[in-house]
Amino acid sequence: MKLIRTLMAAATALAVTAFVAPTFAADDPGPAAYAQALKGKRVMLVPLAMGFDLAQGWAHYLKKEVEAWGGTFETRDPNWVVDAGAQAITDAISSDTRPDVLIIHAPDLNSYSKLMKKAQAAGTYVILVDNPANFPADAFVGSDWDRLGQLEAEAAIKGCGENSSKKIGLVQGDQANSSSLYQYAGIMKVLDKHPDFKVVAKPDSNWDATTSRNVTTTMLQQNPDICSIIDFWDGDATGASAAIRDAKLDGKVFLVTTGGGEKAADCDKLQDGTYGAVVMTELARQSGDMNAIIKFLLQSGQPAGTSHTYIYTLEKATTKADLKPDSCWDLKALQAEAAAK
Amino acid sequence: MGGWLNFRSLNQEGIVFAIAVVLFVAAAIGLPGFIDPNNLVAIVRSVSVLGILALGMAVVIIGRGIDLSAVAIMAMSVAWYLQLLNTGTPDGLAFTYVLAGVLAIGLLNGFLVAYADVPAIFVTLATGSFVFGYVRSQLITQDAVPVPQGHWVELLGGLRFLDVPIEVFVFAGLAFLFFLFLRYTKWGRYIYFAGDNPVAARNIGIPVRPMLVLRYVLSAFVALIAGLLTAASLHSINTRVVNSTLLYDIVLVAVIGGIGLSGGRGGVRNVLVGAALIGILLNAMTIIDIPLLYQNLIKAAILLGAIIVDGIINPRDEQTAQQGDI
Repeated sequence: MKLIRTLMAAATALAVTAFVAPTFAADDPGPAAYAQALKGKRVMLVPLAMGFDLAQGWAHYLKKEVEAWGGTFETRDPNWVVDAGAQAITDAISSDTRPDVLIIHAPDLNSYSKLMKKAQAAGTYVILVDNPANFPADAFVGSDWDRLGQLEAEAAIKGCGENSSKKIGLVQGDQANSSSLYQYAGIMKVLDKHPDFKVVAKPDSNWDATTSRNVTTTMLQQNPDICSIIDFWDGDATGASAAIRDAKLDGKVFLVTTGGGEKAADCDKLQDGTYGAVVMTELARQSGDMNAIIKFLLQSGQPAGTSHTYIYTLEKATTKADLKPDSCWDLKALQAEAAAK
Repeated sequence: MGGWLNFRSLNQEGIVFAIAVVLFVAAAIGLPGFIDPNNLVAIVRSVSVLGILALGMAVVIIGRGIDLSAVAIMAMSVAWYLQLLNTGTPDGLAFTYVLAGVLAIGLLNGFLVAYADVPAIFVTLATGSFVFGYVRSQLITQDAVPVPQGHWVELLGGLRFLDVPIEVFVFAGLAFLFFLFLRYTKWGRYIYFAGDNPVAARNIGIPVRPMLVLRYVLSAFVALIAGLLTAASLHSINTRVVNSTLLYDIVLVAVIGGIGLSGGRGGVRNVLVGAALIGILLNAMTIIDIPLLYQNLIKAAILLGAIIVDGIINPRDEQTAQQGDI
């Protein structure tokens, strides 16, 4: 008992000292070191295109933070063209104002690998976002697509229920993009554990809404008792939902998809019943992760290409039942905020 | 020699029609649910927008031209229209702007080809890029623009007659109008003369240049209709379609149906045959669950085959050799 009392007294004394101590330090060395490491640094974002919700959301949050610590933030818009993206990266590396951090949204597993290596050799940190690639980037920030696929499959199984036909249809993206390939792998992992559920068709939409509509129409035609469809992206799931609407199967087919968690694209459609479940990326948090790793890399002093970090965004399947006012972010609000400045 | 003669008497349209029939019968026997009336409607519907665009393209190609701006006009005009509506522009005014814009691009295409003598392939490639770039960067804020709730475009998409979607009727109606135009009007007949031999057509007093302008305006207008139908069905328009293979699919439908790229030949029937083949093919491949990569390969192989057959059956004549086609 005596020992404990002594320890507690010591702890109290220490705590008091610790509490008082800061008054002796005139300056916190943190902000100066932070400013010195970051000021004037250049950050460039090269997404697949600037015209869709995820890229516009990332750009918004990154710009805000980078400019706040005195850096320059730029974007390039390849507009879904792989060559244009490669050109943008090449130009960026060889320009006088070479970015210190390059954030790349890779179109597939391999296209930009050589360029990213070049960038690192020139001293630029490379951060991959959203789509993984066969390249050891300094950091990957984005979804674990395999896990995301598992969440979708679990949502589909739940949406179907025990007394359903247990038939599931997939509308894949394509056979080149890692997000599509890993998503499929994740879905199949879960379905393997539920052998009573069957995938009756798995066409590709090539990320195009009209194609998604046409293949879904055929799929429903062949299997009118499908209980759930998983479309691999909310950008083309509008097509799958149109096919369901046209087949007068609203409410009978549980449509699951994934997206950036934008209000008009995801939450509004969960609300009106178009989608049954959406695995949404928490964009603000994902952008926050990017900002953190940018700040870390620029202060780390380590050369580009020497460490490899994976920062997976926490995902969950959201349904109408668990929609909250802050489940989504609002692109219109961000645009209004940017316009007001 | 006799076999060769028989082959010569069979034109490309006939060959493609035969392939389509064979595919149809094979799919009807081999694929469960293919012959279901609802599936047949779905097939026609899946190629309706494509077919409408191909009608416009056909008229241009028959006049020995090509319109590579069709898909850009289709997507961007409707995207702009919806953007205007979403930002509160009155419907009538918004539609007037867009219609004027579409007709202006058609006129520009036609003027540059007819009066500035720039090859159609370059003119329309450039105007297509311009339309996409300008609208995308200046007039709309993101790739996908939604249709405002309760707007007539949304209601149009839900319209059914005897359970058949509206696109099918629009396609059929336009096909009939184009048929009447090409077959029974003076200007329609003149298109064949102008496409077959522009110089001779002008020598006999046909207004070749104004007619050329008209064809590009027609093509642009048809693209607007196709865009409205797309938005009606999907409740939004995604401008990413400009980067897709849709433009090639339109040319595919026209050429595969037997409309020679050298001009002066073909008609609405060729478009229908081409659209039927593509529709049956895509539907059957989706039912069999062939991956998209292979679907594209098969489609491309058929286009290549059609072009080779076209080259053999419709050889370059002396005039085309001298003047060049598109």
